[in-house]
Amino acid sequence: MAQPHAFRFSWRPRVPARLIPPFLRPRPDGEAPFCLTQRRIYILPSGQGLLYALLLIAMLLTAINYSLALGHALVFLLAGIALAGMLETFRNMHGLWLGAGSSPPVFAGEAARFELLLDNRSTRHRPALRLRAGPALEIETHLDPQQLQRLIVPLPTTQRGWLFLPRLRLSTRYPLGLYVAWAYPQPSMRCLVYPTPIEMPLPAAAGGEAGPLSQQRGDDDFAGLRERQPADALNHVAWKIDARHDGARPLLIKEFGSGSETALMLDWALTATVNDAETRISMLTGWVLAAEAAGRRYALTLPDQQLPLGSGPAHRHACLQALALCVPTP
Amino acid sequence: MSFDPRERLERSTPPWLFGVSLAAMAPHVLFVPHWLALSSALLVLWAFRRWQRDEPMPARGLLTLATLAALAGLAVEYRTLLGRDAGMGMLLLFCPLKLLEIRTRRDAMVLIVLAYFLLLTHFFHAQDILSAAWTFGCVALTLLAQIRLQAGQRLPLRPQLQLAGRLCLQGLPFLIVLFLLFPRIQGPLWGLPQDAFSGRTGLSDSMSPGDIATLVQSGDIALRTRFFGPVPSTAQRYWRGPVLDAFDGRIWRPTPLRTPPPRIEALGPGLDYELTLEAAPQNWLLALDAPTQLPEKSSLDGQLTARTAAPLTERTRVRLQSALIYRFNVDETPAVRMHNLQLPPRFNPRTLALAAEWQQAEQNPEALVRRALKYFTENDFHYTLEPPRLGIHSVDEFLFSTRRGFCEHYAAAFVVLMRAAGIPARVVTGYQGGELNPLDGYVVVRQSDAHAWAEVWLAGRGWVRVDPTAAVSPDRIETGIGRALASTDGLPLVVRAEWLRDLRQRWEALNNQWNQYVLGYDEFRQRNLLATLGLETVDWQTLAIFLGGSIATLLLALLAWTLRPQRSTDPARQLWQQALRQLQRSKVDCAPWETPLCLLARVEQTAPGLAPRFSAVVDAYLAVRYGNQTDLTDLRAAVARLASRRTD
Repeated sequence: MAQPHAFRFSWRPRVPARLIPPFLRPRPDGEAPFCLTQRRIYILPSGQGLLYALLLIAMLLTAINYSLALGHALVFLLAGIALAGMLETFRNMHGLWLGAGSSPPVFAGEAARFELLLDNRSTRHRPALRLRAGPALEIETHLDPQQLQRLIVPLPTTQRGWLFLPRLRLSTRYPLGLYVAWAYPQPSMRCLVYPTPIEMPLPAAAGGEAGPLSQQRGDDDFAGLRERQPADALNHVAWKIDARHDGARPLLIKEFGSGSETALMLDWALTATVNDAETRISMLTGWVLAAEAAGRRYALTLPDQQLPLGSGPAHRHACLQALALCVPTP
Repeated sequence: MSFDPRERLERSTPPWLFGVSLAAMAPHVLFVPHWLALSSALLVLWAFRRWQRDEPMPARGLLTLATLAALAGLAVEYRTLLGRDAGMGMLLLFCPLKLLEIRTRRDAMVLIVLAYFLLLTHFFHAQDILSAAWTFGCVALTLLAQIRLQAGQRLPLRPQLQLAGRLCLQGLPFLIVLFLLFPRIQGPLWGLPQDAFSGRTGLSDSMSPGDIATLVQSGDIALRTRFFGPVPSTAQRYWRGPVLDAFDGRIWRPTPLRTPPPRIEALGPGLDYELTLEAAPQNWLLALDAPTQLPEKSSLDGQLTARTAAPLTERTRVRLQSALIYRFNVDETPAVRMHNLQLPPRFNPRTLALAAEWQQAEQNPEALVRRALKYFTENDFHYTLEPPRLGIHSVDEFLFSTRRGFCEHYAAAFVVLMRAAGIPARVVTGYQGGELNPLDGYVVVRQSDAHAWAEVWLAGRGWVRVDPTAAVSPDRIETGIGRALASTDGLPLVVRAEWLRDLRQRWEALNNQWNQYVLGYDEFRQRNLLATLGLETVDWQTLAIFLGGSIATLLLALLAWTLRPQRSTDPARQLWQQALRQLQRSKVDCAPWETPLCLLARVEQTAPGLAPRFSAVVDAYLAVRYGNQTDLTDLRAAVARLASRRTD
């Protein structure tokens, strides 16, 4: 828990890389779109394919035993169809272009949404493509001719830091179900996972400079409404308004007694009361969100870097990224 | 039972499976017991109703009960659960039972496998052209269902049909190569069950009045012949089956008498021909009288009947030679001559008396034979398929009172007369005549051409064929049975109707080609084919390499075709190129390094009239290329406007 899992490919096997033969070594495919060529597609009979093979053997034995000339012909036709079906299964994957889409940052605990681009440049349908990401998630999709599909791969997040796209397995059994063809496309994609924010009152003595103490947001007078951020406490949600709109709009937060425009100096040192580094980072995250929501200018000081005063989405992102990737000194 | 919910069938899939099962079961309805066909149909109907009402699968107990009931019914019907027919019945019942409990793709695949096997078992009954066509259609339908199973509803029907058709066509070359080159293994791998021949007809090895009359009703083909040379006339074509020489007053049977091999003296040229015999539970070769050369694994018995070592379990093709003019056993042993004079005592007293009277009057055996034949022509004898029933003294009744009968009545009466008059005689059964199909030159002999005639032994001439039926009804021998009978006599229509003859002959010629070259493709023909391909002596390793090589070549060719490069398939890019061509006509060329926006800036300076319309094209193109737009209609419209205004 202490070390965020940044820069670690989650699919990297335990075996040292040099022991793995080069053709088996998983390689990221980069960010540009790439094509699934015959060298990357594997194909084997499926369980149903083995059942079919058993059927053909049984039918052939029957045909021989009863001297059925047409029985021979039927068996051979079915065998030929199965062979042709193998090529069709292969073709369903062959020539498919894949690319990396966007993967906007999320807070730890939320689902990261990796956007994959599946580009079917051929004039045929590509039905029944299955994408497996990680051990639990499997998505089945269908590409129309010439279709560029944006496929969202939702993945759970638990830790802050970079979340890399896990090993993907794209497979298909179309058209006959007798074979399974698969490939391991690996577009280079990572999603920034912000730390989970902890809802905290803004620090009273945050003014590092010689300014007046920043006035804390009060709970006394109602000041207005704004969209809810994930870090906002549920007891500030304007439930009545939400009920009026039947949940069709995003949740709104009641804001109270906005303070002055004094600058906030959010410092790692302010959280010294807590021992656990992750909790401290979460507290600072909560403050960044609160300060941004309150429309105030704020600066962030972390053990490994400092961010100057600022506000707005870009500054917020910079602060949250610094928090997400922060390596606190022990 | 838990299963992966992703494997669950879509609701629209089961109807395909109902269709597949029905198509695979349909031809069996003609051949299985009625209750079996009915229960299969009802089970499918039940499954269909359940699907219609979206009910879950029936309780496990109910299904077990139904399965047990099915097994019990089959056990009662066939007295076993093993063997061909019972196995087929099981498939027929289990296929719809499986329909009742289909939930996942795997279940559906099991059903499809059952359906494929059911298609194979149809060939136990029939292997004709129509069966082949039906089966091919069923395979295509099953393929459609299989594709549907994997692709789901999202794939429209059209590409699905195209794919199924393409797969069928791509399977055909493999079918042809494997059919021609896959080593053909002769004969059964394990003992054929008792029921392997049920329902097939043929000559029988005993004869009592009425037997052959029932055989005549059948229009089935017994054998086909191709003559290498002139085709002998109808009256010369006697195909010899078993010889019946033991008479107990009622039934004629062959005797197990040990006889020396026949001594044949051919007096005419040998006639070469090829016989294609339909499968029958007997081992008679049905050679033309009298065979001089026989195929391997066959022999002649002392009575000139050619036999094979084993019953003809399948359609068999053999090459023979016969001499139509011949002398046979001029020096017959006394034991055989004595045996062919035997008559049961106390039967047919009036016939015996008549024969004794003739024996007194005629010294010459040949004159006696002529006198007997004259008796048939001079009295009011009729040739009919529906003779009256005869009592204990059957020959007496036939000769003196009923005088209506079929070949076996005449043959039997004639032999009794001859024996009573002291001339060794016996009944020969087989086929006579047959019909020449002018389209392919084959002579087709049907079960309705079954015939019985007599053979007498005359000193110095050996055994001589005498056909008393010819004396009564020469048409039967000269032109065939179709003209010998009044049309009310219950012959099958295909034999009788003149107006159908041409059509039927064409169809039969086609069927014959089918039988000869498709169904009759065997070890021998395979060896011939390999010899023409330059593989004179092949062992199985060479054949395996050759076969594997052919299949691999086919597969590679198919792979090359499948992965052939497609034309540029990016329609947005094609439209953009089209727009650039339009610009070229207005003397604006796009440099390779120019982005669409740079080009637009240049167009605004050099050809301001074009700029607004080109600007729309650039916007639409950029939206498709880099924006969220996936639909090409805007771009297409913009390019079309650019093109149309230019010509104003």
